[in-house]
Amino acid sequence: MTPKQLAKTLKQQFEGIVSGPVEFRGELTLELLDASRIAEVCQFAKTELGFDFLVDLTTIDNHEETPRWTAVYHIYGYGHFCHLRLKISVSEEESELSTVSSVWRTANWHEREAYDMMGIRFAGHPDLRRILMWEGYPYFPLRKDFPLAGKPSEMPDVAFSDPAPLEGGPFVTVAGGEDSTAREPRERNPNADR
Amino acid sequence: MTATQQIEVKDSAARSAQAVDDLRDVQGEKMILNMGPSHPATHGVLRLVLELDGEIITKADPEIGYLHRGDEKIAENMTYNQFIPYTDRLDYLAPLANNVAYSLAVEKLLGIHDKLPERCQYIRVICCELARISAHMLGLGAFAMDVGALTVFLHTFTEREKIYNLIEALTGARFTTSYTRIGGLSRDLPEGWTDELAKFTQEISVAIGEADKLLTRNKIFVDRTRDVGVISREDAIDFGLTGPNLRGSNMEYDLRKAHPYLVYDQLDFDVPYGEVGDCYDRYLVRMEEMRQSVRLLDQCLAKLPGGPVNVDDGKIILPDKQKVLSSMEELIHQFMLVTQGQDAPAGEVYFGAENPKGELGFYIFSKGGGVPYRLKIRAPSFANLSILSHTLPAHMISDVVAILGSLDFVMGECDR
Repeated sequence: MTPKQLAKTLKQQFEGIVSGPVEFRGELTLELLDASRIAEVCQFAKTELGFDFLVDLTTIDNHEETPRWTAVYHIYGYGHFCHLRLKISVSEEESELSTVSSVWRTANWHEREAYDMMGIRFAGHPDLRRILMWEGYPYFPLRKDFPLAGKPSEMPDVAFSDPAPLEGGPFVTVAGGEDSTAREPRERNPNADR
Repeated sequence: MTATQQIEVKDSAARSAQAVDDLRDVQGEKMILNMGPSHPATHGVLRLVLELDGEIITKADPEIGYLHRGDEKIAENMTYNQFIPYTDRLDYLAPLANNVAYSLAVEKLLGIHDKLPERCQYIRVICCELARISAHMLGLGAFAMDVGALTVFLHTFTEREKIYNLIEALTGARFTTSYTRIGGLSRDLPEGWTDELAKFTQEISVAIGEADKLLTRNKIFVDRTRDVGVISREDAIDFGLTGPNLRGSNMEYDLRKAHPYLVYDQLDFDVPYGEVGDCYDRYLVRMEEMRQSVRLLDQCLAKLPGGPVNVDDGKIILPDKQKVLSSMEELIHQFMLVTQGQDAPAGEVYFGAENPKGELGFYIFSKGGGVPYRLKIRAPSFANLSILSHTLPAHMISDVVAILGSLDFVMGECDR
């Protein structure tokens, strides 16, 4: 089985809701058009097509574009050594996907991370809590409208939640008009609301 | 005048029967125990919330994130080369291997992964395998120390010191190596370094043998690790375990064999794997992997070709300083690379490398230009730790340190 054949089988099974595959650098990407059927597609990929390993699950913020979110699933089969990438668009109003943690248990933590960092909820997830940030943290830091320096949060128990003073880094490079003393180091979004 | 008092001490069975009677209302009461985030066996800042029934764990909830630094956010705000120092701080026990994995991912995006000079590829393999030996040496030493065998730790640290000396000579730093560059290396091997490395591979073989003698047939070590923390192959795959932890669970799979990168397909090495999937198997796999790494180092030294270490492309690699000072084109290249970075095409790639802890993958989503739009780090320790809530229940509390040690995780890459 080659990745192309597997992608074709998946496309035939879910006719009309899977588009692609797009090939780039030898990797195949399938786009799933109906976000509500992700769990079903993943279950089929695992049981029928042998994709027994969810390598990674991540999300992208398409800031100022619609739909706002893209969820990316990297799946792999130890039986046939083939990778496949599934992408699903999720609108900002909805911001919800059904969980695949019943398909691969590793998805449990990956989905918690996606929720923690991007604020996308996973319906049916057994334990959707924050994982890297602390419980009760009010923001979703990987969103594009979250400034690099951070935002203050009103948590009395947390010692440091003031925006980071960026003198000294991280150094941000975007070619600009100012001379280097004025522009480096500096914040990416100096006017962002904090 | 001495007074004598008669005290009646019942035998132990009678005393425990008495205790059961006295403490009837606390029977079946569960205790919550916080282990970490600063506990020597949690190797960093992992916190485990354990629910205990006596000494038996009934529920385990790993809490991570104490070392979260927002690496992925930072990556979105800098050029590809600028992020290399941040990769040092993922798995900080194998920074060289992280540098290599990250560079390969970006090179795949740029489409130059098959244009790397041979010498560069061999040196990168040497880097990866040195990092693997160093990481496993620490992993095994700390594992043995956690279960009570202190000596091994001191031995392996002596050997790791030699690796650090080699790395310092190579990169100028012991830990924060930042050795690779997109499209090559920051510098070629220093003079006489290969001789030092050849000497080291001789010494390390002896040291591995010593550690092996101290542990593999050590009754206490075997008793504490055999049939403890058994992970079946199905569970290992389902929970996304990779690397030695997956191989310990009777799975013969190694990215270096299944999807060879660099020159691994031209080198000869074996992939060890366990049978039962217990702590002892994971230990044995790491021990054998170090021997295989030594084999790989020896082969690389024998085959190491000459020639350049960087791709011949002014838009990828900084030009020679002399040329920058004398030629307009190189001056422009230098300026563009430093201010804008490499001009990557729009697209997305995933590249996973077999690192000491497992599959370290980078998913890069680019909209073009020198900065990634989204960079996701698939950290092996993150997935490896997620199995704890499944594996720990029904074990004794003293087995926790053995299981943690055998999973060999690093919080730097787990929390990112």
